[in-house]
Amino acid sequence: MSLSATIRVPERDVDVSLEVPDGRTVAVLGPNGAGKSTALAAIAGLLHPSGGEIRLDDRTLFSANDSREFVPPHARGIGLLAQDARLFPHLSVLDNVAFGPRSAGMPRGRARERAHHWLAEVDATMLADRRPSALSGGQAQRVAIARALATEPGLLLLDEPLSALDVEAAPAVRQLLRRVLAERTTLLVTHDVLDAVLLADEVVVLDGGRVVERGPTATVLTRPTSAFAARIAGLNLVRGTLQGDAVVSPDGVRVAGLVDESVGDDDAAVAVFSPAAVGVYRVAPQGSPRTAVRATVTDLEPHGHQVRVHTAYLSADITPAALADLALTPGDEVVLTVKASEVAIYAG
Amino acid sequence: MTRSSRPGHAAYPRLGLPAWVFVPAALGALFVVLPLVAMLTQIDWSHFGALVTSESSRAALSLSLKTSLASTVLCIVFGVPMAVVLARTRFPGQSVARSLVLLPLVLPPVVGGIALLYTFGRRGLLGHSMEVLGLQIAFSTTAVVMAQTFVALPFLVVSLEGALRTGGQRFEEVAATLGARPTTVFLRVTLPLALPGLASGAVLAFARALGEFGATITFAGSLQGVTRTLPLEIYLQRETDPQAAVALSLVLVAVATIVITLTRRSRTAL
Repeated sequence: MSLSATIRVPERDVDVSLEVPDGRTVAVLGPNGAGKSTALAAIAGLLHPSGGEIRLDDRTLFSANDSREFVPPHARGIGLLAQDARLFPHLSVLDNVAFGPRSAGMPRGRARERAHHWLAEVDATMLADRRPSALSGGQAQRVAIARALATEPGLLLLDEPLSALDVEAAPAVRQLLRRVLAERTTLLVTHDVLDAVLLADEVVVLDGGRVVERGPTATVLTRPTSAFAARIAGLNLVRGTLQGDAVVSPDGVRVAGLVDESVGDDDAAVAVFSPAAVGVYRVAPQGSPRTAVRATVTDLEPHGHQVRVHTAYLSADITPAALADLALTPGDEVVLTVKASEVAIYAG
Repeated sequence: MTRSSRPGHAAYPRLGLPAWVFVPAALGALFVVLPLVAMLTQIDWSHFGALVTSESSRAALSLSLKTSLASTVLCIVFGVPMAVVLARTRFPGQSVARSLVLLPLVLPPVVGGIALLYTFGRRGLLGHSMEVLGLQIAFSTTAVVMAQTFVALPFLVVSLEGALRTGGQRFEEVAATLGARPTTVFLRVTLPLALPGLASGAVLAFARALGEFGATITFAGSLQGVTRTLPLEIYLQRETDPQAAVALSLVLVAVATIVITLTRRSRTAL
């Protein structure tokens, strides 16, 4: 099934449109408060938007124009997997998974057969007789996945399904999701770039209640045009207008680079480059590099074998030795240089 | 209270509790316990059996248990939907509605009895039309049950509404996305999860109904075997036979203690 949704919730300043083609997984990325959960709740039917339209194939689930149509959540055929597993604490694991089929009117025996089948699909057969309180976080999320799939939903909504799991449990559950989501129409809300890369075909980036970027996952992560996408892709992004072979931001930062043919002078453009391409100096180096930006160090954090130096705009990766040599602390004034050959400039 | 030394429980140190709070705490506990002890000292144990098994005593006890049970059932039948509506919906005037529902909690029971009388009594708001239908409520066992339900209902509603609010709607939302209709969600998710709150609310309502006096005597009167419940019997015996009154009081204390103990046990078992 394919989803086509336009959701307007003025009280929360949300106005987004989302499309999920049949059998594909679309990841919705964005900072906290971007409107991701609001959009998901509206699609699930747990929130009544003030405007817009939600359609699953040719079935209208909600329409603001058309006689205030609103299909209640239980009749939508849309599964929801939340951050926490939310297994019913008073039911066994098996009866949790059988809950959906039972609610659809299936007799107890057949519903339990169905539950066994889906527990086997998520490698949780041995948990069938346990109470939810006796499960680890990863086990509980496995069971919740089986429970959501047992209703055979036309669309599956995942609301940060891995964010509540510890680092040991997350990879196995992510692997499981990768397996069960193939061929399934899925909308995945996440803030983790790994989820987007491993699970999603396409990415939609929300910020401030609006869609700021969308496209195939690989494109968005390698050539981001929004600050958020650049941040989670681990890239620096400077937005402005093209002047010659450089992007000039409204507050005067100038970054030179390799300009894509599609963008012309005075067009809106972004300059994107890796923190590894940024050099950090106490005083401007000799030979006046093409791009030199004055900045104040805001934060230092370990990043693999490097140290990432954050400033208000850009971040740079330097070696611990270089850090010791520079003796940097937050608040220090530095000059950042960027090699033009490592900067991609394209329309943004 | 001293530090707990029950097996399986770590002993918590009395962190930062000022020593003087134990004095008023102990005085308060003494204030509750001492009258019960005083009552025990007054009991004529040689005639205790005869006093509590006299015909009027047995009639009062059985009437009390039956009516309290009936009013507890009514409290559940009406109180559960009331609590769910208050906890799970929003409508204009909701806070006013909640205050009105909880009014009997703070109203003197005699006032409640008078209010009931002016509603269901012969000259009451509904009394006349009910009399046409051949129904006479005031001064009947039905009136006892209604008086008890009137004063006990808020206990169940408050207790259950609190449990529903604390539990939140997370599980109900998931149940709905799994295809469960509202009735299925209510019966298979909402109620089972709120069961501890419902149980303690029902026990509170039962205990309140068992001790009900003012509304009952005003609305139902005091007719042996029909409307004279145990508290009324005790009050009447106090005038004529103080020994019997004390003995019956002990019976009421015993019933209340059993009820409280049972619920405490069922709660720790959950």
